[in-house]
Amino acid sequence: MSARRESGGAASPDAPAVPLGGSGRRRAAIGTAWIAFAAALIVFPVVFSNPTVTTIGVFTLVYMTSATAWNGFAGFSGYVPLGHAVFFGVGGYTLALVALHLKMAGGYAMFALVPLGGVAAAVIAVPFGLIALRTRRHTFVVITIAVFFIVQLLAFNLGFTQGSSGVQIPTPLWTAATFNDRFYYAALIVLALAVLVVWGIRRSRFGLQLLAIRDDEDRARGLGVKVQRVKLVGFVLSGVTVGMAGGIYAFFVGQVYPQFAFDPLFDVTVALMAFFGGLGTISGPLLGALLLEPIQQYLTLQYSVGSLYLIIYGALFLVVILAMPRGVIPTAGEYLQMRRARRVERADGRSPAATPSVEVAPLGRASR
Amino acid sequence: MSAHLEVEGVSKAFGGLRALSLCSLSVEKGSIAGLIGPNGSGKTTLFNVITGYVRPDAGTVALGGTPITSARPDEVFALGLGRTFQLTRIFARLTVLENMLVATQRKEGWLRSVARPAASSAEQRRAIELLDFVGLTRLASARAGTLSYGQRKLLELAYVLVADPSVILLDEPAGGVNPTLINEIRERILALNSEGKTFLVVEHNMEFVMGLCHTVTVMHQGSAIVTGTPDAVRSDPRVLDAYLGGGEEQDDDVAVG
Amino acid sequence: MGSSIVQAIIDGVLTGGVYALMAAGLTLIFGVMDIINVAQGIFVILGAYLSYSLSVHAGIDPFLGLLITIPALFVVGIGVEWGFMRRLKEGDRTAMSILVTYAVSIVIEGVLNISFTVNYVQIHAWYVNRSVHLLGFYLPYIYVFGFVMAAVLLIALYALLYRTRFGASVRASLQDRTAARLVGIDVRRVSTISFGIGVAVTAAGGMVFGATNAFNASTSYDLISRLLAIVILGGLGSMGGALVAAVFMLVLEDVVAVAWSPIWATAVFFAALVVVLSIRPAGLFGRQVARAQ
Repeated sequence: MSARRESGGAASPDAPAVPLGGSGRRRAAIGTAWIAFAAALIVFPVVFSNPTVTTIGVFTLVYMTSATAWNGFAGFSGYVPLGHAVFFGVGGYTLALVALHLKMAGGYAMFALVPLGGVAAAVIAVPFGLIALRTRRHTFVVITIAVFFIVQLLAFNLGFTQGSSGVQIPTPLWTAATFNDRFYYAALIVLALAVLVVWGIRRSRFGLQLLAIRDDEDRARGLGVKVQRVKLVGFVLSGVTVGMAGGIYAFFVGQVYPQFAFDPLFDVTVALMAFFGGLGTISGPLLGALLLEPIQQYLTLQYSVGSLYLIIYGALFLVVILAMPRGVIPTAGEYLQMRRARRVERADGRSPAATPSVEVAPLGRASR
Repeated sequence: MSAHLEVEGVSKAFGGLRALSLCSLSVEKGSIAGLIGPNGSGKTTLFNVITGYVRPDAGTVALGGTPITSARPDEVFALGLGRTFQLTRIFARLTVLENMLVATQRKEGWLRSVARPAASSAEQRRAIELLDFVGLTRLASARAGTLSYGQRKLLELAYVLVADPSVILLDEPAGGVNPTLINEIRERILALNSEGKTFLVVEHNMEFVMGLCHTVTVMHQGSAIVTGTPDAVRSDPRVLDAYLGGGEEQDDDVAVG
Repeated sequence: MGSSIVQAIIDGVLTGGVYALMAAGLTLIFGVMDIINVAQGIFVILGAYLSYSLSVHAGIDPFLGLLITIPALFVVGIGVEWGFMRRLKEGDRTAMSILVTYAVSIVIEGVLNISFTVNYVQIHAWYVNRSVHLLGFYLPYIYVFGFVMAAVLLIALYALLYRTRFGASVRASLQDRTAARLVGIDVRRVSTISFGIGVAVTAAGGMVFGATNAFNASTSYDLISRLLAIVILGGLGSMGGALVAAVFMLVLEDVVAVAWSPIWATAVFFAALVVVLSIRPAGLFGRQVARAQ
């Protein structure tokens, strides 16, 4: 079947859920890139052992995880949540409060509380999603903001969260030289998990349904997609992952405060990362966080007042959205594809595989 | 032969506007039925009522004897009633093949749907078969949003077929489509009909309707006023009245042929 | 207790009027352009800082200063619309607009932080700390003046929308952009001007806000979340809805603050939104979205 041969050239920028053959060489190249990327992340703290650098490394991994998880819901479903900081904070508070009540000393056992942060996030995410996901897209955004403010207020004012003074988390007695490394690898494991989940979603039937909802929710419902359930599951999975990232973050920082655990800038930051790299792609948010989080950390260290960072961040965001509205990865992908198509055209003198907007060739073939 | 799709006394008002009033219609099993009428006569509303997108104020709809009056769109689809839209509704950012797979029905829990790949090889084969049938295989991995208008209509027809519906409702399949493609669409409908599928077609292109349909129903001001063979309908004076009578509120794209 | 609740209701209505004005701008922008302007909060603060500067450095009375600040923010609004909003693609402009206006918002926040530091300030004038005693209730002059000004501007906005040719174009665009375009309305121009007007009203709102509250740039987060809650509660795009919701929310908050505790007043504010939306997903006066085409 000729379609199979040609499919590599005409593929949409987000890799199709169903690999239709595709060009083997291209897939091998992508696979190699992923392995190299993973290897680089693994050896990073060995090569760069400066604590300042590894500290930035841990924060970057936490944000890579968060951006990936945020995108796993927002990028696929088209619903933009601005209340994922709730899950980030709940993950952190869960770790802090459980450690406090069990009188745990800081150590490896603390990492076991990270998944618990994910569970707590799920417990919040179910009712949150049930209410918020009944509404249409723009209302959804505002509800997520409203829930965020309610939860932040609760953290400030409930007795057991210890109000604005926050909760201290016991610091492990690890030597300074390797202190960051353990957090780094713990964060890397959570990141790997997040990428696996999002990759699995993208390939699964469930992921396809989410993407269909993004494009036309009513039509998807009409074709038998259980839209409410699909959206809710996506929302909860995303929330759980962000909750785990929040747990690692809190443990690393050593304390949770309402204003930092529930930070209104959190969602904008991860949204910017996802948009920068490419919404709805897997590599996009990783790239976005990998580039932007170190910049943010650097600017914060360099200029004690965060104002300049706000200006640079906002301006960068505007430039990205206006110049590359679909993000770096899809734009670059299209560029490469165009070049490849032109190369193919020159090589064997036929038109590139996809000429979809021209309404000629495909007709009639079926009837013959 | 028996009525497969039965609409009985359906009424629907939007605010003060009566879109349907006591509209009745029955479509024989295995037939191709046409639905014509001036703009605003309630054809699309009737489609929306039948397919569960709009709930009627009164009346009943039944498919093969099963009442579907208050069923949701997905339930109607699962019962074997597929539908295309006047302005095609495809998933623009998915590939053509992925569009096909969205429509693939499968009974499974959410956990399995998360864990399982988007399509088994059998489902994929079936999707390709149907794309072959409408002649879109070549574009299987193109983004649906890049298709031309006519190709979108074919894609919509193809993915409605995935669920193997017994009745297919087509809302203006020939509207805005070039003549070559109109013939292509007509051929596909006839081929499916010979396999036993029942059709209900809304269309303004009279030549298309009269050449294709076994029976034609004319709607006017929210009710079905005439049903008969194309020839009988063509010569019925009430039909001319319907098109010319309420002249001032009609649009100009109605070509009585 | 009883009279302090009546006092709270009066305060709520008076401040609600000012919020209604700011929310009306937000809902106008959404209705015409399908854009959720998250920068509305920082525009309010920008307006407050402008009034503050004029009064501190030039000795201009804040109400008089509106003659300068309202046109200034109108121009800012036009600039933002021209620079960013009209470059968004039709397809997913609502989602994108949230992020773009958020980005605009944090840029302005950064600039304000640098220009005015993060220390809280408040606008002062003779009427800010004085009240009129009426039937046993204290009515701060600034609340009364602010309410009257908001009412005047809302009436002016209403007259603009319902009594002028331009207003007819705006309302047509509110109903259906495509149809408006078809009947020859320059929807782009209408959008730009509507955005300008929607932002301009924040100058007035910001002046009153800055006189009744100590503020800095990050106060905008609190403001925008309230304004969004009001607009969504009223039903996106519904002016009347925004008015009713603003007064309802502010009265609710003030009453809870008096009857229960100021700590939970804000939580109740947002909880009310969540409750209403779980019953009516489109808000109190929102258009229910048609399910089929």
